[in-house]
Amino acid sequence: MSASDHLIPVVVSRVVEVNSIIKRFEFKHIHGNELPAFSGGAHIVVEMLDGPIKRKNAYSLMSSPFDRDQYAISVRRDDNGRGGSKFMHEKVEPGMRMNISAPVNLFALDLRARKHLMIAGGIGITPFIAQMTQASSLGVPFELHYAARSASQAAYMDSLQDRFGDHVRCYCDDAGGGPDLAALLSDQPLGTHVYVCGPKGMIEAVVQTATDLGWPAAHIHFEHFLSPPVGKAFSVHLAKAGIDITVGPEQSLLEAIEASGTPVKCLCRGGACGQCETKVVTCDGDIAHNDHWLDDDQRASKQFIMPCVSRFSGKRLELDL
Amino acid sequence: MTIHFRNETFRNDFTYANSPGNIPRFPFPFPEDVYMYSTNVEPHHATRAGSPFEHAFDVDEHYVSEMKDRALVLADDPGRCQALPHMETAAWDFVELVMVSKARDYPDLFELTIDGDRWHWINKTLQIDDTFVFGDSSTLPCHPMEYIGRQVQGDHAILDQRDGNLWMDAGIITAQADWSLDFDIGMNFFEWHAPVPLAHELGVFQRALKFLLSLPQGQPSRRLNWTLTVNPRLDTSPENYPKWGPDKLTVNPGNIGEKVHLRVELQTFWRLPRSNAILFPIRTYLMAMNEVVTQPKWGRRLHRVMRDLRPELVEYKGLSRYHPMLVDWLAQFDDGAPTSPGIFPD
Repeated sequence: MSASDHLIPVVVSRVVEVNSIIKRFEFKHIHGNELPAFSGGAHIVVEMLDGPIKRKNAYSLMSSPFDRDQYAISVRRDDNGRGGSKFMHEKVEPGMRMNISAPVNLFALDLRARKHLMIAGGIGITPFIAQMTQASSLGVPFELHYAARSASQAAYMDSLQDRFGDHVRCYCDDAGGGPDLAALLSDQPLGTHVYVCGPKGMIEAVVQTATDLGWPAAHIHFEHFLSPPVGKAFSVHLAKAGIDITVGPEQSLLEAIEASGTPVKCLCRGGACGQCETKVVTCDGDIAHNDHWLDDDQRASKQFIMPCVSRFSGKRLELDL
Repeated sequence: MTIHFRNETFRNDFTYANSPGNIPRFPFPFPEDVYMYSTNVEPHHATRAGSPFEHAFDVDEHYVSEMKDRALVLADDPGRCQALPHMETAAWDFVELVMVSKARDYPDLFELTIDGDRWHWINKTLQIDDTFVFGDSSTLPCHPMEYIGRQVQGDHAILDQRDGNLWMDAGIITAQADWSLDFDIGMNFFEWHAPVPLAHELGVFQRALKFLLSLPQGQPSRRLNWTLTVNPRLDTSPENYPKWGPDKLTVNPGNIGEKVHLRVELQTFWRLPRSNAILFPIRTYLMAMNEVVTQPKWGRRLHRVMRDLRPELVEYKGLSRYHPMLVDWLAQFDDGAPTSPGIFPD
């Protein structure tokens, strides 16, 4: 069972070009019903029917958690990706019907925090927009530090400063660079939780700096927005189902398993949540793991794979599915 | 559908009983003739009209009397209802889930009118008619969890989700099978399950936690758990052990059929939307052995389950004192005939 088994039919109510690489998509229920309430940091899985291919990508909800009339997501176009963002940018128009999952939150605010310190890089801003709305209504102090490559690519920077004023600090690489993490993280009140969403390097820098400064691990939260990588096609044998499947170059192993009708648990579809962890029965070749879940020993053992992001090259891969 | 609410007690004179029509809808917890732990979780779909699985929150003939018993427990020990400060959003999620579900499933008994943040709630059975601002606890007579917890059968724990674990950070617990909210509050999933024998070694809790952490919104699950209780007492808490522990000594072959009760918990699991917490209702159903054996399938099966129960479980469930006597007594209802699969009576 996974959230994307029970889909919500929606209609695309609005598409907004935020800048040259980012578009915002707004969805309403096809019958005008209320959409499920959610918490800041939640994502939905958007199902894309692209010809014969069914893609499912996860996107953070950026709309207000208190607005049940519509949901909004922002999608950064990635021309080198598997085609999901390209599909969203090129094919999705107002009036189109799509299916989405109920919200799932793997990046929730810790509601015990005395202060929320949020650090965003690029498109990693989206979960924080919903979280700031939530924190602001709960009356808990929060602060957003938002870094982008340039002012022209800094989606929502102006509107966030208008809405949240001094709570928002902006940084552009072409105008001085990102925040001084050591300074920022060494001067926070007791009970602060730090949240980071952005490029891998930024997440690592924040986690490392906070850890070095003695922050408890339970006060450091991060979300990787990893999408499944592209690669060469490969074949996999599903031992329990007794079938062979082929994973296309722009398809994920998880999508190929789903397309075969074989049940597999999943949530984040980005190698972070651990739900789709699957036992490998036989591996004659190399697994490109790509995930944030397995530890080094598990990877080296070749006994586990995360179908949402991992790929394979070699003679034979057999999975316990 | 009209429910005739019984006026009965769960203490002192113990007038609690199931009316004959209520017996077949009891959630008998044994689908087979043997019992061992399993992760017996299934989707909490509407199942079988008339059964306790028909609605999100089952209302039965014991509703009014159970709520009176809860009020007595809370008056005596306010520590049975506790919410850590960060659980207020979750408490409102709980209010919404119960009100929306009950107004939908029992329109004759409950009415809910929502106008933006202004909510109007009518509970006809308990004669409650309140208007409040959703999310503003100052507009309710008490904490939102206590407010709705006094209007819904069963105990309710609310589990915060963080750091890859679940935390017992709120609950209204007055009808428990020998566990204490006051002791467990703030504990994580493994800590509060620490006393359970065998299951840790079997990996039951690792699997259960993984399942719960990924519980999706709108797709609740359920499982049944069971124990035995002497006398139809809802409040078998550790705090009150001196009141109910000695009851075990009163069981004899002449009164065992009326004294010993099969105590079944219908446990459900709900992802709460605004807090990302999990609501864990533990709804208790009590049935005297004399009532259970009116269903021949249940009499046969209960004998086999009790006879073959692992010693660790006899000990953990606190049955040692009268277990052999019960097996002897149940034997008269077991003619050796095969039993049909599933929990429902034939």
